[in-house]
Amino acid sequence: MFDSLSDRFESIFTRMRGRGRLGEKEIDEIAREIRLALLEADVNFKVVKSFINRVKEEAAGADLSKSLSPAQQVIKIVHQELINTLGGETGKLAMNPKPPTVVMLVGLQGSGKTTACGKLARHLKSQGLQPLLVAADLQRPAAVTQLQVLGEQVGVPVYSEPTDPVAVARNARNEAGRLGKNVIVLDTAGRLQIDEALMDELRRMREVVEPDNVLLVVDAMTGQEAVSVAESFAETVGIDGVVLTKLDGDARGGAALSVKEVTGKPILFAGVGEKLVDFEPFHPDRMAGRILGMGDVLTLIEKAEANFDQEQAVKAATKLRKGNFSLDDFLEQMQQVKKMGPLQNIIGMIPGMPKELKNTQVDDKELGKVEAIIRSMTPQERNDISLINGSRRLRIAKGSGTTTQDVNALLKQFKMVQGMMKQMAGAGGKKGRFPKMPNMGDFPGM
Amino acid sequence: MTLVLVLGIVLLLALAATAVATVSKRSHKAMDAAERRAVTQPKSRPEPEPEPGEVEIVLPAGDDVVVPPEAGIEVAPPEPAGEEPPAVRPRLRDRLGKARALLAGYFGDLRGRTVIDDEVWEELEEALIRADVGVTVTAQLLDDLRRRAKEASATTPSELLDLLKADLIDVLSRADRSLTFEPGQPNVWMFVGVNGVGKTTSIGKIAQREAAGGRRVVMAAADTFRAAAAEQLQLWSQRVGADLVRGQDGADPGSVVFDAMAAAGNRGADLVLVDTAGRLHTKVNLMEELKKLRRIVDRTPGALKEVLLVIDASTGQNGLNQAKQFGEAVEVTGVILTKLDGTAKGGIVLAVQSELGIPVKLVGVGESAADLIEFDPEEFVEALFAA
Repeated sequence: MFDSLSDRFESIFTRMRGRGRLGEKEIDEIAREIRLALLEADVNFKVVKSFINRVKEEAAGADLSKSLSPAQQVIKIVHQELINTLGGETGKLAMNPKPPTVVMLVGLQGSGKTTACGKLARHLKSQGLQPLLVAADLQRPAAVTQLQVLGEQVGVPVYSEPTDPVAVARNARNEAGRLGKNVIVLDTAGRLQIDEALMDELRRMREVVEPDNVLLVVDAMTGQEAVSVAESFAETVGIDGVVLTKLDGDARGGAALSVKEVTGKPILFAGVGEKLVDFEPFHPDRMAGRILGMGDVLTLIEKAEANFDQEQAVKAATKLRKGNFSLDDFLEQMQQVKKMGPLQNIIGMIPGMPKELKNTQVDDKELGKVEAIIRSMTPQERNDISLINGSRRLRIAKGSGTTTQDVNALLKQFKMVQGMMKQMAGAGGKKGRFPKMPNMGDFPGM
Repeated sequence: MTLVLVLGIVLLLALAATAVATVSKRSHKAMDAAERRAVTQPKSRPEPEPEPGEVEIVLPAGDDVVVPPEAGIEVAPPEPAGEEPPAVRPRLRDRLGKARALLAGYFGDLRGRTVIDDEVWEELEEALIRADVGVTVTAQLLDDLRRRAKEASATTPSELLDLLKADLIDVLSRADRSLTFEPGQPNVWMFVGVNGVGKTTSIGKIAQREAAGGRRVVMAAADTFRAAAAEQLQLWSQRVGADLVRGQDGADPGSVVFDAMAAAGNRGADLVLVDTAGRLHTKVNLMEELKKLRRIVDRTPGALKEVLLVIDASTGQNGLNQAKQFGEAVEVTGVILTKLDGTAKGGIVLAVQSELGIPVKLVGVGESAADLIEFDPEEFVEALFAA
């Protein structure tokens, strides 16, 4: 996500590096480049204008006498401005002191409301709340069934009735009271913001159910239209926050910037995958970091903590320190990495990842090939790869259905990995100390 | 094999992160992991209870079932192929009532001006970008326009606009926009696209229109992933009187396509409409699955006539990536641009057409089946610049 935007910034600042000062001319040039990049990223053109003006002002007034290079200074300014635009701090749902808290999701057709409802219900449940899903999308065929299936998957009851959306909304509170649920997640039919009748229906639903949170669901792939959608929903229905969906694709997600800027409402959650667990609180600071190619180490660490078996990890780390991390250990840890989700996503989160690696198309199926090669080795070979001579290579290649070139490549790279591990072991395996990666371009420290 | 290196780096970071994690987080982690396991296992996904009165669909996992259209639905007698369905088609123009009002003023004052200055060029650029045409294509179009304006010695903004419109119409008119159909054999039209663009709805609308035109239609519910996608298609099949082939939720979509092809052959169907699960074009494994579906259809040589990419009109520049990736995977033959009845202009299809040569074939301009209409470049461009 936001990858191309970070690439753009990277290329701008790569060119900027090596220059001494930041004159008016440079600022203009940077502004032009940022404008292009943001427009290509689907940030609304009005938002781009105001964003650039703020960056220019900041940049012009910036004190360049500090130890940071001008390039780093500009990155910092753009970064901070992105964070500001995206919402400063992580937002939270408003909880009603007198339950049930009502969360109502609205948006265009196909933005992902129903799925987001299911994910939100799961999220709330995992926080110890008692959600009730309410299906008030009586328009799209089988929308109610879809929510019922999702409800079953996450173990949350679903309420609906084949009357009209306003009646469903009205009776939802009673149902929540009857079942003793403290949060209502209300799904509504998708609608165009210019459809007056349907927007009026939303307004009436709002009056009846008095939601504590009205969340606008926005597809991350939305283009310039994001602004008029957000404006209309904010004006006619009123919204309290935004859910950004389909962020796991390669959409640059300019819609996020646009929506936040025009509504002033925080982006609360992000949908980042097809599974119901792929739903995260939206972190503006991390997202801004991603935009600037700084990676998203925090998310990576969270994912690692959630998916890695701690005992195994500690064992592996000990071996690593002693410098005898073998292919067997590699294989074992590889299984854990797999659990963290598609490798491609993970790579995107790593700061300073060498570009040639970042752009590699990583097919998770290739992992099978790696596995096959390692499994075709004897235990001795896995422990000490220096044993592997020409005839052994041939045997391994045959055994794994690969070529000796593949085997060679694997061995060579494993040696590089071992090298990196030794470096890290040297650093004492301290938190946050990453070894220098091969071919790594210098990365501005922030 | 750079993979190993990548893996190594990931591993290293992951290890570093995990090894230093404090024990206090462990209980939280265990809970989270257990929960993850509980909800992510597709195999244990409970089957939806069939609604009373619905067609019986409960079968052992993996089996498909052909659901016949409900008795009592009149299927119109076949008409000679190629004849237009009789319904009065709404025109894009008629559907734009509200949107047009919002658009008025886009170029209203531009037309009134007398000289072509920088401001005029800026406004043109802005208008194209606002319509999601994209920075690159906009720059190309405007460069081209500068050249041709000189050639035609255009002197007023009004002339400039006309030149631009003519150019856009020309770009959009280049390809054949008809949907390929050969009578006397099953024709397969496959629908692909990212999540939430309106694939299933578009299929329903096309099925209705084709069935009304006398064609025997089989719908293949190969979206076995999204909850209730097959139910959605089933409701359409009952509404329009088409046959439906579906599998269990989570079943192999390939088996559904396979059975649909068999059913179409057995029943002498004219048209097989294959619904596929929405997928982001960046997911390698899902794109592979799509290729497989195409291969299954291709086992009947020549049956696959159209692979239609459905794009939501509000899509921004990502639409071009979508068209590229889907095009590479399954050779897309045309685009269906949906939800054009809002204020979104769908300018991204200009980029798709000019850079990839994939034409827009149909446009969705409303909720009803009659609202899926043939793409008309002139009306589209007019709407792009509605003033």
